[in-house]
Amino acid sequence: MTDAGTPIGRRVFLSLIGVGAAGVLVGGKVSAWLSDIASPVLSKDVSGLSAFLPIEGFRFYTVTGGFPNRAPVDYRLTVKGLVDKPFTLTYDEIRALPPTRLTKDFQCVTGWRVRNTHWTGVLLSDLLRRAGVQPTAKALRFSSFDGVYTESLTLEQARRQDVIVAYDLENKPLSSDHGGPVRLYVAPMYGYKSCKWLEAIEVVDRVVPGYWEDEGYDVDAWVGQSNGRDDPATST
Amino acid sequence: MSRTQPFPRFDRLERAVHWSNATLFFVLIATGASLKVGSLATLVANRALVRSIHVYVGLLLPVPLLLGIVAPAGRQLRRDLGRFNRWTREEQRWWSPRTHHDARLGKFNPGQKLNAVFTGAAIVVMLMTGSIMRWPGPFSDSWRTGATFVHDSTWLVLLVVITGHIVIALRDFDSMRSMVRGWVPESWARRERPLWWAEIVTARGASAAAVGDVAAGVQQRLGEPGAGASEVAVGDGVEARAGDGRRGRDL
Repeated sequence: MTDAGTPIGRRVFLSLIGVGAAGVLVGGKVSAWLSDIASPVLSKDVSGLSAFLPIEGFRFYTVTGGFPNRAPVDYRLTVKGLVDKPFTLTYDEIRALPPTRLTKDFQCVTGWRVRNTHWTGVLLSDLLRRAGVQPTAKALRFSSFDGVYTESLTLEQARRQDVIVAYDLENKPLSSDHGGPVRLYVAPMYGYKSCKWLEAIEVVDRVVPGYWEDEGYDVDAWVGQSNGRDDPATST
Repeated sequence: MSRTQPFPRFDRLERAVHWSNATLFFVLIATGASLKVGSLATLVANRALVRSIHVYVGLLLPVPLLLGIVAPAGRQLRRDLGRFNRWTREEQRWWSPRTHHDARLGKFNPGQKLNAVFTGAAIVVMLMTGSIMRWPGPFSDSWRTGATFVHDSTWLVLLVVITGHIVIALRDFDSMRSMVRGWVPESWARRERPLWWAEIVTARGASAAAVGDVAAGVQQRLGEPGAGASEVAVGDGVEARAGDGRRGRDL
């Protein structure tokens, strides 16, 4: 009856906070390790429950209030500007072009990385060849049907074999949150270069910095060589 | 004397803190889930708004508890926090199925103490990691990723703990109702929390001359709320009186 108890509650309280703080220091490594061992299982997860787990995965960003929605039947992609033959493609026409598949890591400039993402789409260089780029052209300007977002690439960057106009992710049509029905996927660069909800590609005579580049992000956004970051390269 | 008469357990301030916490946690879990989980994320039309709500409600989360702790009326809350701190050898028997029913408990069982301590620590951890996520400027990438990991993991554990808390509460109706109306039937206190019951009765007895007749002591204390040191008088004289009025119906 005289046992007033031991102040264990306070110790547990402080220990838990300590564990939390330690987690901040090592959590990045733990999370990456968990993602590695869990990815074979999670790639088969159709329930979507894995999104609840504290492992790395896509985080969804939009610069407008919500995710713009456009049904594939209403979708159009326009290639215009300093080209001989400007054209507009429907969703089905894009899907009918020779496909290119890429399996690369997706790295965001805010730190998260999704390993081995499978993308399917059309080589951007194929679209440029079809339009006929004029000699004065130097760069591309991409715009999104969210009405706000823009991005840029130099012609040289755009002609790489790991830059595609993508319509499938993990062999499924791109959902709206991932930037569907059609988006850009620039494998060697940070995610913000991969313009979501792609609506128009304009060939221009100089690089016009895009939405985030106006906010201070690097225009040449090579993974591991820009924005003061040293992530491993996603595509070489 | 009847043993079903009201035996004050949580005063008005403690209940206000509890339900403020519960409401804030609910909003945070809902907004957090809709930001994090892809299939829910697409349902949210105005992401920026949800994000702001999550951040500001998150900053509010520790406020009710801190206000309660510093408030003059928080004397019983502070005393209960002290109870969460001290774990006796006797009550550790509660954890073992063999001795579970023999353990003589004070106001809280060890599970409730652990729940309270964990939730308190989780508030600090979520606030800390959430702040790093929201204002990442001064922190390295590794810390930012780590903070995200801890925030997500703790959220998962909180989901389990809060669900467990609700499920267990629903299984003991008398106990759960005391977080609404403030009191348990005295028979419950005597049966489930004998050490606490004895402590309160003794404290009352010390100030109310009639040690033998607890009920008389209660009546006397109820007549002069604010006096003395027992949980009845200090805690919630007004509520207890309201309970007093209901007694006829409850019987």
